Amino acid sequence: MNEKNPASTYDIIKVNENEEKHTLSIIVDDEPGVLARVIGLFAARGFNIDSLTVSETESKNQLSRITLVTSGSPSVIEKIKVQVDRLVPVHRVSDLTAQYGQYGALERELALIKVKGTGNKRLEALRLAEAFDAQTVDASLDSFIFQITGRTREIDRFINLMSSVGLTEVSRTGVAALKRGADNT
Amino acid sequence: MGKNISGAEIVIQAIADQGVDVVFGYPGGAVLPIYDAIFQQEEVKHILVRHEQGAAHAAEGYARSTGKVGVLIVTSGPGATNAVTGLTDALLDSIPIVCISGQVPTHLIGTDAFQEADTVGITRACTKHNWLVKDIKDLPRIMHEAFYVARSGRPGPVLIDIPKDIQFAEGDYENLSKITHKTYTPPTSVDHKAVGKVIEMIQRSKNPILYTGGGVINSGPNASKLLKKFVETTNIPITSTLMGLGAYPGSGKNWLGMLGMHGTYEANMAMHDCDLMICLGARFDDRITGKIDQFSPNSKKVHIDIDATSINKNVDVDLAILADCHKFLVEALKIIKDRNIKNFPTYQKWWTQIDTWKTVNCLKYKANPDIIMPQYAIERLYELTKDKDTYITTEVGQHQMWAAQFYKFDEPNRWLTSGGLGTMGYGFPAANGVQVAFPESLVIDIAGDASILMNIQELSTAVQYRLNTKIFILNNSYMGMVRQWQQLLHGNRISESYSESLPDFVKLAEAYGATGILAKKPKDLDEAIIKMIETPGPVIMDCQVANLENCFPMIPSGKAHNDMLLGEDVSDEQVSNAIDDDGKIMV
Ligand SMILES: Cc1ncc(C[n+]2csc(CCOP(=O)(O)OP(=O)(O)O)c2C)c(N)n1
Repeated sequence: MNEKNPASTYDIIKVNENEEKHTLSIIVDDEPGVLARVIGLFAARGFNIDSLTVSETESKNQLSRITLVTSGSPSVIEKIKVQVDRLVPVHRVSDLTAQYGQYGALERELALIKVKGTGNKRLEALRLAEAFDAQTVDASLDSFIFQITGRTREIDRFINLMSSVGLTEVSRTGVAALKRGADNT
Repeated sequence: MGKNISGAEIVIQAIADQGVDVVFGYPGGAVLPIYDAIFQQEEVKHILVRHEQGAAHAAEGYARSTGKVGVLIVTSGPGATNAVTGLTDALLDSIPIVCISGQVPTHLIGTDAFQEADTVGITRACTKHNWLVKDIKDLPRIMHEAFYVARSGRPGPVLIDIPKDIQFAEGDYENLSKITHKTYTPPTSVDHKAVGKVIEMIQRSKNPILYTGGGVINSGPNASKLLKKFVETTNIPITSTLMGLGAYPGSGKNWLGMLGMHGTYEANMAMHDCDLMICLGARFDDRITGKIDQFSPNSKKVHIDIDATSINKNVDVDLAILADCHKFLVEALKIIKDRNIKNFPTYQKWWTQIDTWKTVNCLKYKANPDIIMPQYAIERLYELTKDKDTYITTEVGQHQMWAAQFYKFDEPNRWLTSGGLGTMGYGFPAANGVQVAFPESLVIDIAGDASILMNIQELSTAVQYRLNTKIFILNNSYMGMVRQWQQLLHGNRISESYSESLPDFVKLAEAYGATGILAKKPKDLDEAIIKMIETPGPVIMDCQVANLENCFPMIPSGKAHNDMLLGEDVSDEQVSNAIDDDGKIMV
């Protein structure tokens, strides 16, 4: 379809809008099916999920926090927020990226990285892990598992480097995030 | 504390406490306790449909015509899956219905038990919300929350899946009918300042237009009253979507007719050329906008809607107000009064322009002395029923569009059609739902020969309950709308859209114990319509119309509002070349 002349609403393509990554913190009732509802919405409307974590919150009222990283143009991000907010069991949606900026919210992720190898590669892997403050949480004669915590970009970088020194498996938790300071997210 | 009753009794008691006096349903193993409870009480009447899709549409008809919440009861597995089309229909058209489905007992869930289906999973995408009840203690709250969610904000369907053991279990019941929901809190106020701004925009505009939708109907009859007053006060021309017909009277002075794909020339041209568009309770659907980047290119756009997700979804607007239509209108009229605004512009030039467009007479068609033209049939039906207490429902296809174009609705809630989903088979069960709510009114389903066969079994329901529902079939022996698109898009290759082996509709009616009437000639039409109206009980009128008539005007898919195909003068060649390659992929 011709981008400049979409034939219908189906082909609206916002050409000059940049894709942005946003971290959303979604407080929901901890009831069966609630995660399926949120994910189903993203699937049905063609929104992206870059990362997703779900856990109970501090509250005794059976609430869960879904921390979801999504990407899209500003208008798509806006659509995502109102769509999620409309779901019945959703208490509130905070857009940490838009509300608090890159540094106003604290975002962390944990990754376990398995590296296989011997000799120089093995040494290099250890040196890199040290440089990145990664912990060695498992070791055998020809493998390590490193644990690293940090911002997504840092972990990406670490994984990238590890792939040239024998990386075989990665498991990541997805982003956990809170607003900095005394106020609630 | 409340009284101790069974889950099944809680279901029925809650329905009664919500003010619903009739439910539509079909029994089965997983809802037998509920049917036993129905048997032993008199507050809630049950209408036995013949297919669960019929129950859903009947509940929609009941809801749309009364403004109450419609209720259906279906069994597990196939009962629930049969209801899915009706739930989806209600979701797209924002109709409040509550579906109670039976489920296999709690301990069998997940074992592929007999007639087990993952009903909450299947219906998650076609309801506003749904619940699986796992504890009898939750049932009273969930029942009442469900009604609240169905009717609040942008209304829609909800489903409660109740395992059979929960129906048998006993629990405390308290009337919680005033309950709200802890997290679902749609807007209840309106931004005073923003409404004031709208009024100022109207005062400054030269070519304003009001584009209203089903949201005004959902907002209650008072919203329609205020809309009329608002239009009288401001003298703005008004058009509406298919779903919004009747909110402003079809015979009203400022009425331009419906807009969109089969809307009038004047409505679409005015939408294209306006400098201020006020969208009230509509959602810029693709049937309305046509080609999106050429949609009303020079206007400031205001959108009033209760649902935040509708705003800036398809069309970016200049001013958005998140509010119920009625609240908006109350506020707007109040501001006009408070500011003592008496001198709204007269829009003289704009009205002159609109009158010029009207002279195109876009709905004209070639009359024929020997063959009933479908447009003529609707015109006559309108003339012969307009002074009665009439409700019109439709199926989906050309007949639906002709009904929208030629039948004028002066009141809200009188017009029921499947707009968003376009569900063939909607009209007849919906008409039964209306007739159940208003036994003395004249309820007519304007149908096509193909659509009516999709839920014809509901004739048995109509006969059983002595409903007076009338079916007015515009019988053109084709799936006319499909044939029209095949002519437009596919070189007139009429692939599988000829209605081969149609039943004899008169005999079909008689087989069910209803009355059948046949009309073939224009001269016999009036008499046949009068006979249809006057015959008690359900009637099928087989109105045999011109076979190959096309529905115009039409904005071919992928074209802009000012690029309409007008009826009478288009050649077959123009018709077959109307849509270019880009437009062809659109539905
Ligand atoms: C359930 C369903 N299936 C298919 C369609 C696609 N469809 C739209 S209009 C139409 C033809 C309707 O024919 P008929 O009821 O005879 O009405 P007419 O257009 O001839 O007035 C079809 C098949 C639909 N809207 N709904």
